[in-house]
Amino acid sequence: MKSSTKTHAAPTRGLQKLSKVKLRNTVTAWAFMAPAIIILLVFVFYPIVFSVPLAFTNYSVFAETKFVGMANFERLVKDPDFWVSLKNSCLFVIVVPILQVLSIALAVLLNKKLPGTPIFRVLAYLPVVTSMVAVSIIWKFIFDPNGILNGLLMSWGWIQEPIRFLSSSTLALPTMMAITIWQGLGYYMMIYLSALQHFPEELVEAAVLDGASGWKIFWKIRIPLLQPQIWLCSMVSTIAALGIFDVVFTITNGTGGPNKSTYVINFYSYLQAFNKFDFGYSAAIGIVLAVLTMVFSLVLNYYNKKAGEDFVD
Amino acid sequence: MRRRRKARKAGANFASYLFMLLTAFICAFPFLWLLMTSFKSGENVYSLSFFPENPTVQAYFDVFKLLNIGTMLKNSLIIAGTGVGLNILLAALCAYPLAKMDFYGKKLINNALLATMIIPAAAGLVVNYITIQNLHLQGNFWGVILPNSVNVFTIILLRQAYLSVPRELLESARIDGAKELRVWWSILLPQILPSVLTAVIMDFINKWNMFLWPLLILDVDQYPVATGLKHISNSFNYKFTNVAAGTVLAVIPVIVLFLLFQKEYINNTVGGVKG
Repeated sequence: MKSSTKTHAAPTRGLQKLSKVKLRNTVTAWAFMAPAIIILLVFVFYPIVFSVPLAFTNYSVFAETKFVGMANFERLVKDPDFWVSLKNSCLFVIVVPILQVLSIALAVLLNKKLPGTPIFRVLAYLPVVTSMVAVSIIWKFIFDPNGILNGLLMSWGWIQEPIRFLSSSTLALPTMMAITIWQGLGYYMMIYLSALQHFPEELVEAAVLDGASGWKIFWKIRIPLLQPQIWLCSMVSTIAALGIFDVVFTITNGTGGPNKSTYVINFYSYLQAFNKFDFGYSAAIGIVLAVLTMVFSLVLNYYNKKAGEDFVD
Repeated sequence: MRRRRKARKAGANFASYLFMLLTAFICAFPFLWLLMTSFKSGENVYSLSFFPENPTVQAYFDVFKLLNIGTMLKNSLIIAGTGVGLNILLAALCAYPLAKMDFYGKKLINNALLATMIIPAAAGLVVNYITIQNLHLQGNFWGVILPNSVNVFTIILLRQAYLSVPRELLESARIDGAKELRVWWSILLPQILPSVLTAVIMDFINKWNMFLWPLLILDVDQYPVATGLKHISNSFNYKFTNVAAGTVLAVIPVIVLFLLFQKEYINNTVGGVKG
């Protein structure tokens, strides 16, 4: 960085000399980066680029690969299972605001630095580092018709017969959302907490001296200052919610049941590829998800900019 | 006036504690319940008492004898161990010029790396599967290790760490005539060992938890523990106490590592999102 600013100030002769150094640096630099870049090209960038043409073929293990034009997309439009998946993926975005509100509330509490908060910090983060397989095994056991949750609710007399959390087609998806919230809470909470801890405390102190109430400080000072984090976390968790896969796959043992009621786009794409070996169709579904993610991001971005302008006013 | 404010503050603190306790309970209870269940005998799995009536470690013997959890743990260790080693080496090499050199294409690489962070991991599943088939790595540990051998997050973390190493240290070594590779290995790398350790822990936990890719690429007897558990709990006649014991064994290494390095782990995950 430093040398490039120098370049601008230096006369042409110096610029050429500097460029020579930079040229030599470039060879060394790329040699250092080459192994990592090759791996990333093959396993990260190439798949993204190549899945676009793939979506316009009938690539599968059974037939000769042919270019089929828009056929995969025409099939999508008429595929009821795809529409269920699309609807469910969009429904899953409901977890975003819930997750953000809960994690902001917890972060504000933790920021009070009451005794015992370090232990709480660790406990809240435990689900984040746990494998989705383990999480699904644990929660399936708890949500089981014979499990502890139904057992307790029944012994307290709150319900007469067990609630079928994961085996009813109306409750399965909301239950998975609850599990997702449980697993993600600690992560977002820590992002907000770290932002709160870097706040200019003078602002809050000045407000307290002026007699502002706790609520007013929260709404008028903390929330506006948290805006960049709120935007970032909403973005990250929206992308994650639209692309939800792990929880559906592990909880339903790879079936998307009961009765296809928990089909989501990523899962349906997986199913087409690895159960039906219809890679072309799977890639087409993947493209729909990519477009959807982009649209949601743009909308969020638009509202973020607008909210930012309001705040400046 | 002041007393009233104090009383209100105490009340607010009490409410805060209540909310925190409730959340802590919801976060921790499922793990404790699983642990307790693993010590229950088969017929008592669904009993509502928290502590097992006749605690037994039978399930732990069973998972080693009947379900081969030992092999799964070994497979996990091989896959995660090799993968982490490779990742740290490649990322440490790649991050060096990004932090300490001025070269053509730097901006391009930086932007490309950032772009990979917002691409959902599932996007590459199908094409990577085809690639692995073409490389004839199906049923081979390398088929799992290679596609995951560069973690962009590690590159960014180590680049950040290199930035804090003073430039003079490198310059003096260069004047001594040390080759760039020597400079990197014996001057730069020792300076950032704490960050390397953090990167190791984070990447290890990531790779230990992987389940989908091994499921697609490996044979049943090659499954790491997360995939293996999924496989077991999928079969019709499993005993839940055994699955519980297996899950406890699979989760414990992660929890221990996390507890030991929780501060570094949390700070860097959070920092990574911001950066």
